[in-house]
Amino acid sequence: MSFPWANQYAPTTEFGRWMDEKLPVPRLVYNSLGAGYPTPRNLNYMWNFGSLAGIFLVVQIVTGIILAMHYAANANIAFDSVEHIMRDVNSGWMIRYAHANGASFFFIAIYLHIGRGLFYGSYKAPREMIWLLGVVIYLLAMATAFMGYVLPWGQMSFWGAKVITGLFEAIPLVGKPIQELLLGGFAPDNAALNRFFSLHYLLPFVIAGVIILHIWALHIPGSNNPTGVDVKGPQDTVPFHPYYTAKDGWTLGVALIFFTMVMFFLPNALGHADNYIPANPLSTPAHIVPEWYFWPWYAILRAFTVDFLFIPAKLLGVLAMFSAILVWFFLPWLDRSPVRSGMFRPKFKIFFGILVIDVLVLGYCGGAPAEEPFVMISQFAGAYYFAHFLIILPLLSRLEKPEPLPNSITESVTGQPLKTAS
Amino acid sequence: MATVETADTAVAEESGVRRRDFINIAAVSFAGAGAVATVFPLVNQMNPSADVLALASVDVDISAIERGQAIKILWRKQPVFVRNLTDKEIGEANAVNISTLRDPQTLAERTKVGKENWLITLGVCTHLGCVPLGAAEGENKGEFGGYFCPCHGSSYDTAARIRKGPAPRNLDVPDYEFLSDTVVKIG
Ligand code: HEM
Ligand code: FES
Repeated sequence: MSFPWANQYAPTTEFGRWMDEKLPVPRLVYNSLGAGYPTPRNLNYMWNFGSLAGIFLVVQIVTGIILAMHYAANANIAFDSVEHIMRDVNSGWMIRYAHANGASFFFIAIYLHIGRGLFYGSYKAPREMIWLLGVVIYLLAMATAFMGYVLPWGQMSFWGAKVITGLFEAIPLVGKPIQELLLGGFAPDNAALNRFFSLHYLLPFVIAGVIILHIWALHIPGSNNPTGVDVKGPQDTVPFHPYYTAKDGWTLGVALIFFTMVMFFLPNALGHADNYIPANPLSTPAHIVPEWYFWPWYAILRAFTVDFLFIPAKLLGVLAMFSAILVWFFLPWLDRSPVRSGMFRPKFKIFFGILVIDVLVLGYCGGAPAEEPFVMISQFAGAYYFAHFLIILPLLSRLEKPEPLPNSITESVTGQPLKTAS
Repeated sequence: MATVETADTAVAEESGVRRRDFINIAAVSFAGAGAVATVFPLVNQMNPSADVLALASVDVDISAIERGQAIKILWRKQPVFVRNLTDKEIGEANAVNISTLRDPQTLAERTKVGKENWLITLGVCTHLGCVPLGAAEGENKGEFGGYFCPCHGSSYDTAARIRKGPAPRNLDVPDYEFLSDTVVKIG
């Protein structure tokens, strides 16, 4: 830890000292989650969603491993094996509903976590690497969730797989061979289902690995905070344990209440009824939509309806959809404002609000049928989305006059200046 | 806040327990109870599922089994031996002093009244689950003329009772009933 005043781990028992010499796992836990990690004293509730996302990843892994004990990745019986889980396996319905809705809760936590970073400038120096790793986690999570949704082999599974792999067909020249390579066939079938299951099992563990890097990178500069002002002394921080373990525990409790409410009383509210119809390669559902967490990107994909220059509309849509997330990789260098927190950036604050509304509008359009007025709204909202990152943020960094920053975290909390005597 | 804190400290001095300690213990116990309640279904899901438990019963036509012959059928993915005992085999089974047996049972207790020649047992050795020999023509019936388990050498007599070797119990008798003189319903 880079804070000179961080509590040092000192084993109190003979066994603790023995262990510390051989395999210092207790030291690692102490330094990363215990009293040895000094955390800004002013973190608000937006700082709770990282640990929450991590816990929902664990929920997904535990319930997923259990589902895999009963699920059969074979196109002939996959659908029936999911029904077998729902009807015959002891508490199978509960475990499947936990997994299906756990994915949604994972994404809710992730989106709030990303939004926190966008508003408080957590992507800026010295935290660029944390942000980049976060974008990688998000991309992996999207791939995982997409492939998971294919596994029950219902109508939405099948057509989702067909449409998403169809995106690759848009690539000039090699598109078709790539799609056939991904599917192991000309349309989704047994080969595709099996590889999706294999990868759906693997990727969450890759995500867990990248999370370790993400947290490692975080512990070098330490956490950002709502003022965006650097920690200047011991009074600006409190030890992670017990302060933030208790606070994270409290939000976990609240989140689990909502999670169980959805799991037990609205288990299919976030899903699509058509996925309870077995996959049928001969008939596409009338209204095919991905899961809600993909809607904003899906809207951007569908916003392109005419060819532009020599580029076909299909390719444009695919490029735009991927760019919408890839642009995040450049964010630390697009927003050059030295002020991190949106709290002290009067104009950024407004544009951030507009961006949030813009993404919600895109989300709404992505879930709606591909008809007017939704296509036109998606076109404007999509254009604004890119304008925010590529035009507004770079300009704001030059033109905006930030408000004065507090001298320290302590001063912003207590109104008293920080005593730097220590 | 300040007054509450002082009151808190005052209480602590008298009883040695602070309000914080109480909240701590209450919260952790609550979480612990929740964790146990969650773990139960997560483990219980490994138990046999409803479709496995659904008692599939099989009807067996026994008219073609001559005395001294046996057949092997599959019930709930396990072998069942249906054996038509000869009078000599019945005599041998009844001649045994049951107090000398490891798992004392008479032949009558292991068959249905009036159908003592029909010995119906699971073909699963009670030692570690191999299928004993002796049901098919020409197989080794072991020292006691019933069944012999080749895995670790358990010998069963003509009432399929354990007589020698490591198995602890007689071969299990499943639930069954005679639907007619020639059809038995197992399960
Ligand atoms: C980031 C972590 C994960 C996410 C976001 C995720 C997401 C999903 C989604 C959206 C579904 C479809 C649910 C449905 O409609 O039925 C699904 C199904 C499934 N997942 Fe996962 N999953 C994750 C981790 C895992 C892991 C680690 C495993 C196995 C070790 C697993 C095994 C399964 C199985 C067997 C199914 C098919 C059964 C079913 O449809 O309910 N998942 N997953
Ligand atoms: S399993 Fe039959 S003797 Fe061991």
